[in-house]
Amino acid sequence: MFSLIFNRLMLAIPSLIGVVIVTFLLTRALPGDPAAYFAGPAATEQAIAEIRAKLGTDKPLIVQFGRYVSDLARGELGNSLTTGQSVAKEIATRLPASAELTLIGLMLVVILAVPMGILAATRPGSWIDHVTRIVSTAGVSLPVFFTGLLLVYVFYYRLGLSPSPVGRLDVFLSAPPHITGFYLIDAALARDAEVFVAALKQLILPALTLAIFALAPIARMTRASMLAVLSADFVRTARASGLSSSKVIVTYAFRNAVLPVITTLGMVLSFLLGANVLVEKVFAWPGIGSFAVEALIASDYAPVQGFVLTMAALYVALNLAIDIAYGLIDPRVRISS
Amino acid sequence: MAAPALLVDNLSVEFQTRSGVVKALEGVSFNVAKGETLAVVGESGSGKSVTAYAVMGILDAAAAVTSGRAVLGGLDLLAASKEAMAEVRGREVAMIFQNPRTALNPIRRVGDQIADVLLRHANVTPNAAPREAIKLLETVGITDPVRRAKAYPFELSGGMCQRVMIAIALAAQPSLLIADEPTTGLDVTTQAIIMDIIAERASATGMATIFITHDLGLAAERADRIVVMHAGHVVEAQRTRDLFAHPRHPYTQALIAATPGHTSRLAELSTIGGNLPDLRAAKLPACRYAARCPRKLAICDSSLPSIDPTAPEALACHNPVSSPPMGEAA
Amino acid sequence: MSTNASALRHARYVLGENPVTAFAFGLFVLIVLAAILGPSVVPYDPLASNTSRALQAPSAQHWFGTDQLGRDIFSRVIVATRLDLFIAIASVALVFMLGGLSGVAAGYFGGWVDKVVMRIADTIMAFPLFVLAMGIVAALGNSVQNIILATAIVNFPLYARVARSEANIRREAGYIEAARLSGNGDARIVLTQILPNIIPILVVQMSLTMGYAILNAAGLSFIGLGVRPPTPEWGIMVAEGAAFMVSGEWWIAFFPGLALMLAVFCFNLLGDGLRDIVDPRRRT
Ligand SMILES: Nc1ncnc2c1ncn2[C@@H]1O[C@H](COP(=O)(O)OP(=O)(O)OP(=O)(O)O)[C@@H](O)[C@H]1O
Ligand SMILES: [Mg+2]
Repeated sequence: MFSLIFNRLMLAIPSLIGVVIVTFLLTRALPGDPAAYFAGPAATEQAIAEIRAKLGTDKPLIVQFGRYVSDLARGELGNSLTTGQSVAKEIATRLPASAELTLIGLMLVVILAVPMGILAATRPGSWIDHVTRIVSTAGVSLPVFFTGLLLVYVFYYRLGLSPSPVGRLDVFLSAPPHITGFYLIDAALARDAEVFVAALKQLILPALTLAIFALAPIARMTRASMLAVLSADFVRTARASGLSSSKVIVTYAFRNAVLPVITTLGMVLSFLLGANVLVEKVFAWPGIGSFAVEALIASDYAPVQGFVLTMAALYVALNLAIDIAYGLIDPRVRISS
Repeated sequence: MAAPALLVDNLSVEFQTRSGVVKALEGVSFNVAKGETLAVVGESGSGKSVTAYAVMGILDAAAAVTSGRAVLGGLDLLAASKEAMAEVRGREVAMIFQNPRTALNPIRRVGDQIADVLLRHANVTPNAAPREAIKLLETVGITDPVRRAKAYPFELSGGMCQRVMIAIALAAQPSLLIADEPTTGLDVTTQAIIMDIIAERASATGMATIFITHDLGLAAERADRIVVMHAGHVVEAQRTRDLFAHPRHPYTQALIAATPGHTSRLAELSTIGGNLPDLRAAKLPACRYAARCPRKLAICDSSLPSIDPTAPEALACHNPVSSPPMGEAA
Repeated sequence: MSTNASALRHARYVLGENPVTAFAFGLFVLIVLAAILGPSVVPYDPLASNTSRALQAPSAQHWFGTDQLGRDIFSRVIVATRLDLFIAIASVALVFMLGGLSGVAAGYFGGWVDKVVMRIADTIMAFPLFVLAMGIVAALGNSVQNIILATAIVNFPLYARVARSEANIRREAGYIEAARLSGNGDARIVLTQILPNIIPILVVQMSLTMGYAILNAAGLSFIGLGVRPPTPEWGIMVAEGAAFMVSGEWWIAFFPGLALMLAVFCFNLLGDGLRDIVDPRRRT
């Protein structure tokens, strides 16, 4: 078990190194001279050169890279040009909002898509099979920001069921005391039912938007792998042994069928983290995505770089978790590693 | 004669496929007595597995049983309710399959897989199940069963996996075991060991065995009686010795002739003229061997002698090779 | 010749058998027509604002209604087709060349070429793709060209891998060996033997990724990158209409969003259909 985790960690390291190099190269590709930008239009040659020395952009590339890496090691992501605030700090305060949204979205999609796929596979030709098929073709074509807006129109404007799609909490409520940064958890810990419900109401539409977006690939994969497993020899053996159909479907078929679904989850996460940015914009969600978008519009590069780096690190970490989960279920991976 | 362990009477099975209806079995009848080992032989595609699946009630959704009975202990398995079948399957009649490696759940410890069946069918408490599973592994000749029970199929050899399969099948001490090519893909020594284990368990518990195989030589060694199938029909059944001495159906004769020294595999020999007929055809001749048969008569296209499902011998041919040997009728 | 004819027959068979693919093909023709003829057939100037007619719901005069500046949404949606399609096609064509060639080189030569190409692909895959695209556009500058480039780069691993594995399979094939023995150089073999065989598979890949390219580009412009207002483009139009969703003027964002969805849907279906034609084995 430990060797599995160790092995996967070792495999994640080249990815992380790649991520660091790419984000560094992206900074160097910045159009124009950041020193000149910092100094402003009225600056003299002298002043620009000084800033350049201060920023270190007059040094050879390799030295700059060394400095970049040592900054990263200290958790230093630079300062925002527009606000002057530390990017690392800003990202740290905003990250829980994004993480809560992504994780709830992910949970929602698993809760919806996996049973759909299983039912579609075990009841071919039934209405749920048809729904799954339609959803998995149409679902991949829906632009996530469009889905979000449609949900807003229907559930906020038309039905009035959900609150105004702005932020994580109704403006008249104050955030629960900060423990994890996840409003749902913090509100639950503070036993504040009102805030919990309000936070949940704000969260449900954006999370649903993300879930609809990721529904198609997961439902499709669950259905396909469940179908494949149901016709596998060992399921036939289990049936021939007279095991109850719930035992056959859950212990024998599903546990095997879930393996490719877990692999797909890794790919879906890539899309989900990207979609997160768009959903945050639609719902004015105060996460790191909207932080980056604001900075992008202002050509403020440091926040964007910090954002890209954080997202990539998050993605690598989540993939690591997925790999380990896979190994926990599949002894062939666990034991041979 | 006592009631047979299993009586299959006039069994027909069809598959609904995109390219038409496959009449996989038609009027299949045979029986197997308590304690008897019955071999079912025939070319690939002759319907041996479909027969076994139909009896077990594990045909896939595209299949339909269109006629027949399969009586086991007074219960018609083909008419039994789902619940009744679930009780019978694994308890009264068990099955082992070809390809033991893929026939076991790859991500479940083999001990747990045996325990699943014990919990389902044998009066075993969850606490005692692992111990019972280990005992079963011991009876099928697995050394170090305590450690092996914790292994996953991929950690075991093919022969080991087949022993585990046998342990699963025998867990509830069924009265009938169906073994569908249990030794295909195993080396010769392992083959013999597996067959010995099955035979030994059968004689210890009085269990009947249906042994499905391509390998006429193996059938000759192991079976008391042999049923020959061709294209979804039973064409002939006889005691093993008699079948080899006096094959009566032209197909049986061709089969035996194609088996030099009774040791080679049928599948490797192609000396039987022609191929199996296309079972999707709208009008098949009454005898499905007619098109390949050197002794074909005009009547063979329109009628087929019926066979007695309860008799130890059967012959579905208007123009058999030789008359039955004397003193066999009793 | 005869293989062409039979391929055509097969294509007709697939289209006939599969009404969904036929539908997608019809939609595709419409989209292409809109892209080519759009600007000359639309009833209104897509940029002309008319504040006296702002925020009108769909009507006989304005089929898709008007936006906050009184511009005709139908005209804008149709005219935007050309730009959206251009961005997607350009990025897919770019990655077809970049990814296809490096993949073929990796698969054919193996060794360090293979290592370098695969390392690049793996590194790109280590990022959430849309996030990387944002980073690239931010770094290179906020322009349509860079959106095209970024979309191409994030698709690179897909193309490189497909091309690599196909080239790898074909490298071992007998006819390649024969060509080599008869004294053909590597470049010649790659150009005359390997590429022509891989192109159909990459074309399928192109139509399968077109949908994603459209979504990716529209997503970038939705957050304000690349295309600038008042240029009509689906992503921007949805972004402009977003604020009106909460006050009930749904049509401003709805119609460009619908156009986007239909275009993506069309290319996804077309890709599946095309795959069935080129590679019947992978049919699901
Ligand atoms: N799922 C299915 N759908 C359609 N036809 C089937 C199906 N399963 C079996 N058949 C048909 O039933 C016939 C008998 O098949 P079966 O598997 O019983 O042959 P077999 O005698 O066991 O052959 P083998 O020795 O190769 O195992 C074949 O003609 C086959 O095509
Ligand atoms: Mg078989």
